[in-house]
Amino acid sequence: MRIIKKPEVGTKDIIRIRTISILCALVTSGLFILILNNNPFEVFAGMVDGAFGTPHRIRSTLIKAIPLVITSLGISIAFRMKFWNIGGEGQILMGAYAATLFYRQFPDLGRPVMLMAMFVAAMIGGGLWALIPAFFRAKWRTNETIVTLMMNYVALIWITYLQYSAWKDPAAMGFPKIEPYGLNAQLPRLLGIHIGWVIALGLIVIMYFFMNHSKKGYEIAVLGESENTALYAGINVPKTIMTAVFLSGALCGLTGFVQATGVSGSLSVNLTMGVGFTAIITSWLSNLRVPVILIVSILFAALVQGASYIQVAFGIPAAASTILQSLILFFVLGSEFFLRYQFSFKK
Amino acid sequence: MIFTASFFAAAIVAGTPLLFATLGEILTEKSGNLNLGVEGMMMMGAVMGFMVGLKTNSPILALLAAAIAGALGALIYAFLTVTLRANQVVAGLTLTIFGTGFASFVGQGLVGEITTPKIRQFFAPVEVPLLSQIPGIGQVLFKQDPFVYLGYFLAVFLGIYMYRTSKGLNLTAVGENPAAADVASISVSLYKYVHILLGGALCGLGGAYLSLVYVPAWQENITAGRGWIAVALVIFATWNPYKALFGAYLFGGLDIIGFRIQGSDLIVNQYLINMLPYLVTILVLVTISFRKSKENSPPAGLGVPYFREER
Repeated sequence: MRIIKKPEVGTKDIIRIRTISILCALVTSGLFILILNNNPFEVFAGMVDGAFGTPHRIRSTLIKAIPLVITSLGISIAFRMKFWNIGGEGQILMGAYAATLFYRQFPDLGRPVMLMAMFVAAMIGGGLWALIPAFFRAKWRTNETIVTLMMNYVALIWITYLQYSAWKDPAAMGFPKIEPYGLNAQLPRLLGIHIGWVIALGLIVIMYFFMNHSKKGYEIAVLGESENTALYAGINVPKTIMTAVFLSGALCGLTGFVQATGVSGSLSVNLTMGVGFTAIITSWLSNLRVPVILIVSILFAALVQGASYIQVAFGIPAAASTILQSLILFFVLGSEFFLRYQFSFKK
Repeated sequence: MIFTASFFAAAIVAGTPLLFATLGEILTEKSGNLNLGVEGMMMMGAVMGFMVGLKTNSPILALLAAAIAGALGALIYAFLTVTLRANQVVAGLTLTIFGTGFASFVGQGLVGEITTPKIRQFFAPVEVPLLSQIPGIGQVLFKQDPFVYLGYFLAVFLGIYMYRTSKGLNLTAVGENPAAADVASISVSLYKYVHILLGGALCGLGGAYLSLVYVPAWQENITAGRGWIAVALVIFATWNPYKALFGAYLFGGLDIIGFRIQGSDLIVNQYLINMLPYLVTILVLVTISFRKSKENSPPAGLGVPYFREER
């Protein structure tokens, strides 16, 4: 028996193999739940109920899906180029920081102008933060994985400093928090959810065309496949790296804007909820394909929402959702082998 | 005065978890595999070591559990990347996410617990006779806990193993050029599996040092990015276990310098000090990439899956 490469893989094959691997992940975590003396079927049903059981729960799930969609879109631009941006957390925070900085400079602007300006500020903040590792990578091939990650900690400590010291709200009676935004810096609601969902959907459309039907998007994909091909095709490699990673960071920064103005109502260290890391899983599971990101993000948001429900209902720690998420990715990663290779029993 | 003997002794203590993880990752990367799951494996080792220590009151079993937990995490990674040839970066990242989730899941009931007196006593500092009397360095290097001594031993042992034994040279061959190693009838997959698993066990021990000796209690997110600093330290140490010793203690010093400055008359922003290890890591990486040279470069086969049929 030997292993040989598969010639061609159809979309049907991909869907079949992905589905099998997700089922395997569910079975594995089901066994895990069984060990914890719970009925896996009840727990999974509880998760679905917790995520979609009532209109209120559906809204909570969607509110969790919004940052995941936007961040996954951002991460996938960089991943498409094989630039491992795991600095989403920091870029989200710095985006929110730039937006808040603007708000504090010009607190009295009207709501539409204010929100627009904060929107742009957040993109620039997140984009510039990502541009630092991109510059090093483009210039000296510095390992971007570690630099982007280290910059998460730097950003987090910076925001902690603002929250606990420099920007601490004196009106909060010693409680460490930053002064909440006025009404002019809060995202309006549409159909019961802040309009971050409209932004997310709009971005999906824009990113779909950018990634699949624009020159820049194509250059990014070529560069991801092979740097030599990119050079040969006359693509300006450093410039493409920096543009793409700026965009990647800008989208993460935008998540910071949406979370700050739509959910928490101020800049805070707890803004990201780990989205920068979850988005790594979701964008890889989506095969870095834009429309799929929407579906996967909603499912993952449901997983998080459902897990917080089963924590109350069954006493299973909410970290169970993180474990389930990574198990799904483990199985999907492993299953990709069967997309690329097959066993041959011929001599 | 900040830089006293007690500061250097404390820097070694703070650097010990980094040392174990860095040595583990050096072994892994030498076999040609980049495992970014260090943080996750440290977490798994930290929580399992702590829990088993609490339940059995046995330091040896606690260490064993930590090493096994780290190795099991590495096994997932090895199976995905060596056997199934999955993307190493993504597999490692997932392992970190998994390990973090695993630790906070298992550790939920342990928050606030402290280690047992027996374990604390087992890991109490021991003076090495004679050596601890050496003026200057004696009190810094040889009045430490047994775990620290194990760290010294491991660094030297791995150095000899990698540079002076045939198995170690085979390992280098596997990492540099797996196809050539394969032709020389070295089992590439076996070497990769063994060293990835050993690497994971060392990362697990590094995590256990945090929960059993350094803190010594259970807290959420106990590793606080040390696994990532270890990944950077591998580059800093240029895949050399002896240099890893130096790098880990240097970063251990950066880790604790904040507490020291707080107690002195220097007025430096506390938050800036907390950023130091991360900022210096970035600086080190940039400087190293800036001055590229032959012996500073990673194993040539790092990150590339080996597939005999594509040779």
